[in-house]
Amino acid sequence: MTVIQELSEQLQQGNPKNVAELTRQAINENIDIKTILDKGLIAGMSVIGEKFKAHEIFLPHVLLAAKAMYAGMDLLKPLLLKEGIPTRGKVIIGSVQGDLHDIGKNLVAIMLKGAGFEVIDLGNDVSPEKFLDTAEKENAGVVGMSALLTTTMPVMKKVIDLARARGLYGKKRFIVGGAPLSSEYAKEIGADAYCFDGVSAVETVKRFAGIF
Amino acid sequence: MRPAIRFLGDELIERIVSEGRHIMCKLGIEIHNDTMLSLLVDHGVAIDKNTNRVFFNQSIIDKALVSAPRSFKLYDVLEKQAVDLSGFNVNYTPGSAAIYILDGKTNNIRRPLANDYTQYVKLMCKMNNIASQSTAMVPADVHEKISDSYRLYLSLLFCEKPVVTGAFTIEAFEVMKNLQVAIRGSIENLAAKPLTIFSCCPTSPLKWSDVTSQNLIDCAKYSIPVEYISMPLSGFMSPVTLVGTLIQHTAETLSGLVMSQIVNPGTPILYGGSPAFFDVRYETTPMGSISTMMIDCAYNEIGKYLGLPTQAYIGLSDAKHLDAQAGLESSMGATLAALAGINNISGPGMLDFESCFSLEKLVVDNEICGMTLQMIKGIEPKEDFPSQPIFEELLKEKHLLISDHTLKYLKGEEYYPGKVLSRANRSRWEEEGSTTISERAANEIDKMIKQWHPTLLGDDIKKELTQLMEKEAQKYGMSKLPQIN
Ligand code: B12
Repeated sequence: MTVIQELSEQLQQGNPKNVAELTRQAINENIDIKTILDKGLIAGMSVIGEKFKAHEIFLPHVLLAAKAMYAGMDLLKPLLLKEGIPTRGKVIIGSVQGDLHDIGKNLVAIMLKGAGFEVIDLGNDVSPEKFLDTAEKENAGVVGMSALLTTTMPVMKKVIDLARARGLYGKKRFIVGGAPLSSEYAKEIGADAYCFDGVSAVETVKRFAGIF
Repeated sequence: MRPAIRFLGDELIERIVSEGRHIMCKLGIEIHNDTMLSLLVDHGVAIDKNTNRVFFNQSIIDKALVSAPRSFKLYDVLEKQAVDLSGFNVNYTPGSAAIYILDGKTNNIRRPLANDYTQYVKLMCKMNNIASQSTAMVPADVHEKISDSYRLYLSLLFCEKPVVTGAFTIEAFEVMKNLQVAIRGSIENLAAKPLTIFSCCPTSPLKWSDVTSQNLIDCAKYSIPVEYISMPLSGFMSPVTLVGTLIQHTAETLSGLVMSQIVNPGTPILYGGSPAFFDVRYETTPMGSISTMMIDCAYNEIGKYLGLPTQAYIGLSDAKHLDAQAGLESSMGATLAALAGINNISGPGMLDFESCFSLEKLVVDNEICGMTLQMIKGIEPKEDFPSQPIFEELLKEKHLLISDHTLKYLKGEEYYPGKVLSRANRSRWEEEGSTTISERAANEIDKMIKQWHPTLLGDDIKKELTQLMEKEAQKYGMSKLPQIN
């Protein structure tokens, strides 16, 4: 087994110590940073994603793998920055103003991080201004909004309308989720996608990743 | 003997309660409401101002347990007693606050409208095994700021049964209280004869938001009963073990109890909840999980042990249609809940993780409720000893169909479900159209809604309710309320 294969394997086992060790070893062996990231860490997480979908493993194992992934990412990040290799992208996420439901949003944030995205979690009860201010300041490509109440989902439209007014619409991707949401509603308010769970959120953001 | 079920022994209950109390006192509970925090400080409770953490003490918990009523009753719109929340009494109420309705005609889900809600309320008048209404759906054709109060308004206008409800905001409480005062005539009479129960949810883990804390204060001020709806999610937002989840539920619920009781000692409450055993395969909160149901029954035992009346969200299903899964999950939950003696059982009509309501399912669930209510009457000897005379009669007459004994006990010894359940032989079933349960439920709904007649609440009071609601709607720019057919 090569170092890269072993790295992917240890990530799937959810072993942060070994992942850090192997990442360090790969760096020392002068393996291309992008190869370590794509063929080692991200490849491992993709296998995890597939197994989770197939019910071969359950959520805790996904999160363990994600944690192992961070251990490798922490070492790669400074090198990626130094070599000017773009990271997979930044996602701003939060539960909209008036909404205190954040369990699903938290889960999506963890899964996105696990897939290698940088995630800025604004928590719950987030105002439209805060979503957009942060997205601009952080130069994030994706804004994720969560609403679990029929009374708070109109806030998502406010965020998108404000984005239009600020000339950000079309430049940032807006994704939405939560029990009262649907693809139709997402379309109606002009969001780019509706995701029904963490796995679909990861797939969607991966799809968008090409744009920034 | 009334049949019963238990999951916990007294010793385990005591350990769970003492652990829950320990968590409240040592780790503390986060409370995000300034009025409540200063009240707690006035009562000698320590708080950490930076984290909003409240460190309860044993004596304030004991005091709350003493002042909370052991039982209370609900009275309908006409002030007749309708629900007795005491001992092992079981009362059903529909699941609440659905986002969607399953449209019986198209079999698709959609957002409910005021007219759907009204149909539901009219149907509720006929649900003979479901003692109270709940504000079961959230109508989408009114401004979202009145989507909680408007449901209560329609319920009070079109059906006499008391209502299990809840406010979505702090502001909504005022009109929801005023609607009730209009019916009762005075604040005092409302306190003496409660008409509604408000659901108030702590935010797991170990936290109360500004809105729900304020709802607790406002309800207590007017002696409006509340049910605490703690929602630990086992394995995710609470320990994966059922005992660990019960400890968290105890801490969250007892903290609510203390808050209500310091505002108004003696204000009525239900020891309730809506926990779920989190599904780590689908990222969902299943109400149909057997472990979810076991947690419900078990915290009900804890509530009873503490001498408090209880509530649970149980007897719901996560199925998407009125199918076999809906039947099995709902009846399993309702059966366990009835055996456990949960006083207020919130469930009938609900599908899909508490997010979708079905009128057809409500009609079917009404039969599940009927059967379980029959079951908990248990088996009691009637004129059965000595038995020789009835057997002599049987041997002589060749049957007992018209025996006095039969005529006397026929109704009490069996529950006769409505037409929604098929009890005909196959030939008759075929002759009557080979109907499915959904078709029969749809027929019953049509029939029952046609039979609806206006309630006996005075026209002047109805007018007052409408005026209150219109005024509230105008605050949010709605010049008129939706047209009701
Ligand atoms: C747990 C819960 C709570 C907890 C929340 C705790 C917390 N820290 O989040 C508490 C107790 C606080 C709570 C409070 C209330 N709740 Co609540 N709650 C629920 C419940 C049972 C489960 C939600 C949940 O956590 N699910 C598990 C997670 C993992 O799933 P999820 O949230 O759906 O998220 C997944 C997807 O939707 C998606 N997703 C979610 N967000 C995002 C965002 C992005 C960007 C993407 C890509 C994807 C995505 O991915 C997630 C992972 O799989 C739902 C029932 C339901 N069917 O959803 C009711 C429910 C949402 N609540 C409801 C209500 C009414 C309330 C209250 C108003 C009750 C009250 N009177 O106090 C308050 C409102 C508080 C507020 N202002 O927000 C109603 C909503 C009704 C309506 N018409 O809007 C529901 C449907 C239950 C019901 N029928 O009564 N609630």
